[in-house]
Amino acid sequence: MTTELVVISGKGGTGKTSVAASLAVLAGPIVVADCDVDAADLHMLLRPEIRVVHDFYSGREAILNQSLCVRCGLCADLCEFDAFTRLQDETGITRMDVRLLACEGCGVCVRHCAAGAIEFPEKFRGHWFESDTRCGPMVHARLLVGSGNSGKLVNQVRRRAFELARQHDLAWVITDGSPGIGCPVIASLTGATHVLAVTEPSVSGSHDLLRLLALTRHFSIPTFVCVNKFDIYEPAAREIEHMTKAAGANFVGNIPWDRAFAVAQQEGRTVVETDGPGARMIREIWDRIREQIGQATQEGNHDEPA
Amino acid sequence: METKDSKKVWPEEVRGPIWAVASGKGGTGKTTVAVNLAWVVGEKVQLVDCDVEEPDAHLFLAGDASALREVTTQVPWIDQSKCDFCGLCAQFCQFNALAVVSRVSLVFPELCHGCRGCSMLCPHQAISMVSHRVGQMEIREIGPRLTLLTGTLDVGSPQAGPVISAVKELRDPRILTILDAPPGTSCSVESTLRGVNRVVLVTEPTPFGLHDLKLIVELVRLLRLSFGVVINRMVPGQDLVRRYCEEEDIPVWLEIPEDRRYAEAGARGRILVDEFPELRAAFVRLVDQLKEADG
Amino acid sequence: MKILVTTEGENLQAQLDVRFGRAKNFLVYSTDTMKWNIVDNQDNQDAGHGAGVSSAQKVVDLGVTAVVSGHFGPKAYEVLSAAKIMMFSTSDCTVEEAIDRHRNGKLPLVTTPKEPQSH
Repeated sequence: MTTELVVISGKGGTGKTSVAASLAVLAGPIVVADCDVDAADLHMLLRPEIRVVHDFYSGREAILNQSLCVRCGLCADLCEFDAFTRLQDETGITRMDVRLLACEGCGVCVRHCAAGAIEFPEKFRGHWFESDTRCGPMVHARLLVGSGNSGKLVNQVRRRAFELARQHDLAWVITDGSPGIGCPVIASLTGATHVLAVTEPSVSGSHDLLRLLALTRHFSIPTFVCVNKFDIYEPAAREIEHMTKAAGANFVGNIPWDRAFAVAQQEGRTVVETDGPGARMIREIWDRIREQIGQATQEGNHDEPA
Repeated sequence: METKDSKKVWPEEVRGPIWAVASGKGGTGKTTVAVNLAWVVGEKVQLVDCDVEEPDAHLFLAGDASALREVTTQVPWIDQSKCDFCGLCAQFCQFNALAVVSRVSLVFPELCHGCRGCSMLCPHQAISMVSHRVGQMEIREIGPRLTLLTGTLDVGSPQAGPVISAVKELRDPRILTILDAPPGTSCSVESTLRGVNRVVLVTEPTPFGLHDLKLIVELVRLLRLSFGVVINRMVPGQDLVRRYCEEEDIPVWLEIPEDRRYAEAGARGRILVDEFPELRAAFVRLVDQLKEADG
Repeated sequence: MKILVTTEGENLQAQLDVRFGRAKNFLVYSTDTMKWNIVDNQDNQDAGHGAGVSSAQKVVDLGVTAVVSGHFGPKAYEVLSAAKIMMFSTSDCTVEEAIDRHRNGKLPLVTTPKEPQSH
């Protein structure tokens, strides 16, 4: 059975990726999955060597074939997303164009264009990769700007990570989850065995954490919580610890503010490959997580009916 | 902005400029910059929180929320007495917002993009479009010169675009507007940046900061917008973002030094320019530069 | 009676896939003839959004009586309920074990959707 720990954060900038990369190094060899596709930064710390490149397509988009277009303007009249623009002079419409990034791929124009001038291919949105790193295989992606993350991509990345874990006989997948609380983060959580939420001691940090904990409770996924930069505002860190326990999640540690996060990033390393209070605390957090997952697994085996 | 049913069109000369504050990744201090900018601008201004998934500007700006308004989109409603369950609508829908099983047709409004394709093609005219709530907007009068407009997407509602467009429409176009954009480079950022005069890109002088800055620079260049950079948590000697901006000929409008006191004040929800005179001066300079760029 | 099990593989020994909407394959098993066949669900596995709805629509069109999977999202649940298809939930087993558990009445009938909204 593969154990998957998904690292999530709600709001951005909490140090989620730095923590995820550190855990990958401590746990390695494992499989790493980067589902934070909008701001995919994990590769800067793990420096993957790309082995396989896949194209990623999602949805469709309208492409206007100018040689067939009769410039009737019906597409612009019907489009709810203002995706068509018309150039006009006193003789009427001189040219129709599809406006950049505006098409949502609904297909209304395609269906109604009498001239058959609108093509409707699958939309190319970027690439995803299978790579090697110093802590094991890694699956990650790079999207074109304006594409946005999607449940589909997260799903593909995680699925491939699981397949690689099976092929290489590795017990762990560590996933850098998507930010926010929307569709991509739900896609990063479905079927995960454990979650680590990295938060920070601020008004918005605890606000987001509550929403995340509601989500993981809904999925019945055992959840660990740690606070990064806890010493910036300790009362909020203490409140988060209480909140975590009240929500039935597992508080695993307070990481101090440490310049090593920035320094390690500069050097393309993870925090635990430097020395300092941040690195020490992340090691402790990892020991706690491993211990508790180990216990849970043993108890789980015990309960399993023959 | 060219919209199909242009509501009120103000003559060009009375329109206030629109500035947006954006960032390639979350947590760079984007909202902090937007809030402090609005606080020091020295004229009537409206701050629009377009980060509708996680709006948080109101956590910094105390003021009573008033004038709650709903944001709705148009979604199909199927008259079951006219429907013969042919399933054409479900086959057409690119977003899987409709399903037809035996003698029931179902609509999933939260998947619908509102294209009206189903209602156009239904052979029995069984589909009409009805309003569906996706979020809400609030207006807060923060002081005599500052109004905060907040858009909030309902939990479980996936499409930020309609809420962003609605909250932007709520502004008084005659006065200066500052938009706090969602983080990243997704389509909701594009919805926010549409029609903006100037973009402030907030980043950090780290490799992550630089990487994500490059992505949003790509987006604002694609949209042909005028922009400059604010480097937050600047540390002497950490020059990679500064060097990139020099090479790319991007103006650096402001550098905010890294300081634990700023981080602490921010975590408590304080407005930095009120606590630190040196930051007030820096933000006033930022306003001057933005106005200068406006000409 | 035909029952359908979501799976990552292509035979009775393959693992059950707990994700209904984004399951890779459907194994359709006839309890009368004990014969089975695989229906590819790749298009829904890769759906940009609404995978639950379109997977459920596909299941309805296959004319099965019951579905065994792990998690049914709210939209899939609504479609399958409307079609009066019974849903059963299990995990950590092969397709064959899932079918056995179902036959022996060991599987709980799903009466509420498991997951929060996902798109």
